[in-house]
Amino acid sequence: MDFSSLLLMRHEFILTALLLLMIVAEIVVSEQNKKNLVNFGVLLFAIHTAVGLLPLADGVLFGGMFKTTVLTHFFKSVLNIGVLILLLQSGDWLRDKVASQQKASEFFMLIFSSLLGLYFMISAGDFLMFYIGLELSTLPVAALAAYESLKQKSSESGIKLILSAALASGTSLFGITMMYATSGSLYFDVMTITASNLTILGFLMFFAGLAFKISLAPFHFWTADVYEGAPISVASYLSVISKGAAAFVLMILLFTIFKPLESIWINLMYGVALLTMFIGNLFAIRQQNLKRFLAFSSIAQAGFILLGLLSVNQLGATTVIYFIMIYVFSNLGAFGVVQAISNQTGKENIDDYDGLYRTNPKLSLVMLLALFSLAGIPPVAGFFGKFFLFTAAASQGYYLLVFIAVVNVTISLYYYLLVVRAMFLRKSENAIPYFESKFMMKLGLTITVLGILIIGMYSPLYDYIFEISNLIFKS
Amino acid sequence: MDILSLFVTVPVLTILFLAFTKNLQQVRMVSLVGMLVQLGMAINLLFAYFKERAVNTDIMVFTKDYVWFESFNIHYAIGVDGISVVMILLTSIVVLAGVFISWKVADLSKEFFISLIVLATGVFGFFISIDLFTMFVFYEIAVIPMYLLIGIWGSGPKEYSAMKLTLMLMGASALLLVGILGIYFNSNADGGPLTFNILEIAQVNIPFAAQKLFFPLTFLGFAVLGALFPFHTWSPDGHASAPTAVSMLHAGVLMKLGGYGIFRVAMYLLPLGAIDWSTFFIVLSSFGVIYGALAALRQNDLKYINAYSSVSHLGMVLVALLMMNKTAWNGAILQSLSHGFMTALFFALIGMIYERTHTRDIQKLGGLLKVLPFISATYVIAGMANLGLPGFSGFVAEMNIFVGAFENADLFRRVATVVVVSAIVVTAVYILRVVGIMLMGPVKNEEFNDLPASTWFERYGVYLLLIPIAGMGIAPLWLSDMILESLTPFIARF
Repeated sequence: MDFSSLLLMRHEFILTALLLLMIVAEIVVSEQNKKNLVNFGVLLFAIHTAVGLLPLADGVLFGGMFKTTVLTHFFKSVLNIGVLILLLQSGDWLRDKVASQQKASEFFMLIFSSLLGLYFMISAGDFLMFYIGLELSTLPVAALAAYESLKQKSSESGIKLILSAALASGTSLFGITMMYATSGSLYFDVMTITASNLTILGFLMFFAGLAFKISLAPFHFWTADVYEGAPISVASYLSVISKGAAAFVLMILLFTIFKPLESIWINLMYGVALLTMFIGNLFAIRQQNLKRFLAFSSIAQAGFILLGLLSVNQLGATTVIYFIMIYVFSNLGAFGVVQAISNQTGKENIDDYDGLYRTNPKLSLVMLLALFSLAGIPPVAGFFGKFFLFTAAASQGYYLLVFIAVVNVTISLYYYLLVVRAMFLRKSENAIPYFESKFMMKLGLTITVLGILIIGMYSPLYDYIFEISNLIFKS
Repeated sequence: MDILSLFVTVPVLTILFLAFTKNLQQVRMVSLVGMLVQLGMAINLLFAYFKERAVNTDIMVFTKDYVWFESFNIHYAIGVDGISVVMILLTSIVVLAGVFISWKVADLSKEFFISLIVLATGVFGFFISIDLFTMFVFYEIAVIPMYLLIGIWGSGPKEYSAMKLTLMLMGASALLLVGILGIYFNSNADGGPLTFNILEIAQVNIPFAAQKLFFPLTFLGFAVLGALFPFHTWSPDGHASAPTAVSMLHAGVLMKLGGYGIFRVAMYLLPLGAIDWSTFFIVLSSFGVIYGALAALRQNDLKYINAYSSVSHLGMVLVALLMMNKTAWNGAILQSLSHGFMTALFFALIGMIYERTHTRDIQKLGGLLKVLPFISATYVIAGMANLGLPGFSGFVAEMNIFVGAFENADLFRRVATVVVVSAIVVTAVYILRVVGIMLMGPVKNEEFNDLPASTWFERYGVYLLLIPIAGMGIAPLWLSDMILESLTPFIARF
């Protein structure tokens, strides 16, 4: 093995370097300049994202434990862009609230470690690497959820996340051992999954662990509580980046090594999709707190993703990746606005947004676009994402499920419109007064808006994903 | 840029310009100019269509086709026939009239006109599309601005009405989406590629089982927008709460998307399903005709009267479409047009009356003919057109519908025809009731004596709508010839 082949791990190496750099910076930088650490971290990550966009060769490392293809490279770049937006949106919060507690660089370190874990999960070539990635991506987030240690809710959120995550990954690991017992290998390429009872049980337990991460019903109970207590940036990370990556990995695994169990997991996905959509949507209706609201909304969105999985071919894979990509931008838009307003005023309830359009028209419009995209209203991207997911499900003849899903879209439209109603229809004496967002927040929101507007209508992007998603089925 | 894409481009440009306007004056001018250009283009399209039709015998003319999503075979495909041309003409007239009538909107006026024109963009795009996906996109674009338009600028229980309307129409699109996907995945029945293109699907023999399954979904998806009983309940509430121009656009144009979609998509693509289901839907829509008329008879709120009247008249359109012959279809399309102009005029007049008297309750009004002569006289004209008096558009349309419907020899359809015809009598009663109570007699309220006369922009709006109503009534032949010619490919499917 020559060292140039290690360049295949470019994403991972650079991110690790950034992580270490942040530690060094924390030690070297003087007390007064701690605030600049935030800018430094964001800048470093922006460079990493830009470098990450450069083309990367396909290859396998460590005897098959680590694989990189154009597809994984592409998806890592999507995650990078998502995290970059998230860091931009959190910049003000970090500078104003966190830097004074000497904790700014920790935030970056933890986010970077978790992202590194996601990279490994995506590129894993065997279950060992996969499990390491899963753990590495979850543990730092639990620390992040408890990040505002002075707030009781935040600590509660951290404890809830770490306990349930530990249980979930333990279950997953147990499932993996069962599959190892029956197939005699951990390598995805070598494993031969057959529909024996033990394998199926192993698969189910493994699935439960991933479903926890994607917050599919009935493994979703932690979601709303953790989101509510955690800082908005962390809730946003959980709901967008971590969930998106887990859904991507779930798809890859189902379409490749679990293909022999297709007849079993197709029914499972059908049922879980139904349950997740209904639970997410019906609970979202009753929420007042926007973080809880977005938590249930993101549960419902995960239910929609499963529809794409029902079509085990290039079409299904493409629609899932495409939808996740759109979801990253749409949800970050919504979380970004919530964060901007919460930073400024501390208000997080839907009622607090009454009359927002008349005082802060630009923020309201960003929120409107993001919510419409989540709801799937054309011409913004979310419509295309959902339509294609439904097309994928319909291509296999699941018309009834598609119909139920579109009914769910209508239900979701109701609660998204509740926020629109507060912002646009209501007038209020004590509406949130006008404020000017800082540069980083503006940049972060602008990127999401561009994403929401362009990704849907710009079809070459879809065609590109369609082309590369074929890679899943080769080998 | 081709002649049809301009119908989407010009409104989009208007919206972009509106986004940069600074004051009310500029907002008005930009919207007015944009929609004037649009009307000019529509008239130009009409003549261009005649010229093209003389040399071109394709089903659709001015077709353009750009690949959009290649792997799905989704295209941005556009084209028009006689039916879509007249619909585009209707839309551009009603939108322009709407801009005139909304001249005085001052609260968030920029946003108001932007939403109004977004709605119009969706409608224009819908009428030029011949690709199901593109069509569906435009359909949804047309529906969603209604929420903001009613919710922000409406009156009465506007939040409730806006939500009800949006959810019902979006719920209907759930059916529609499944229907469209069903058609798409059966479009390769003859071995060709999957396609969303309407003209290509029309060449395919979709299996009867699929037609039977997907016709009611597609039909209902559109019919909710066309106020089919019992899915019409969003319409009276929505109209009553909406601001004037929105009611005009909504009843005048948006509801026509329902009938047009049923004809162009559900019936044209799934003819066997249509024949199979026609009895059931004829019963529903005939009932709607009578129900709407009777409900209008009992209302005192002017907007509710007109909304139920719309349910009744659009029910006739649905009945006529399901009667499956050229005369009835011709009547259905004429009725769509006629109702579009008429009801827009009604809503405009109701808006003017409400603005002056601050009530829409006919029991509180009286003797308006003396104090508001222009508005009242126009109201009478619109009423006469509505009840189908010869010389106005309504007569031509309804005559065609009844003759066409009665051409069917079977007892069921003849009975349905008779039932529908009887609604005309009720229509006359509720129109004359309003005219009698509201316009005739002594002036009920002293304050009414000083009501301001109609302003120039109101008059322009009214003239714009009056001309086609009278025009269609006096010289209907050129129009119905043009429509009949375009019906040939449809009748060939049945």
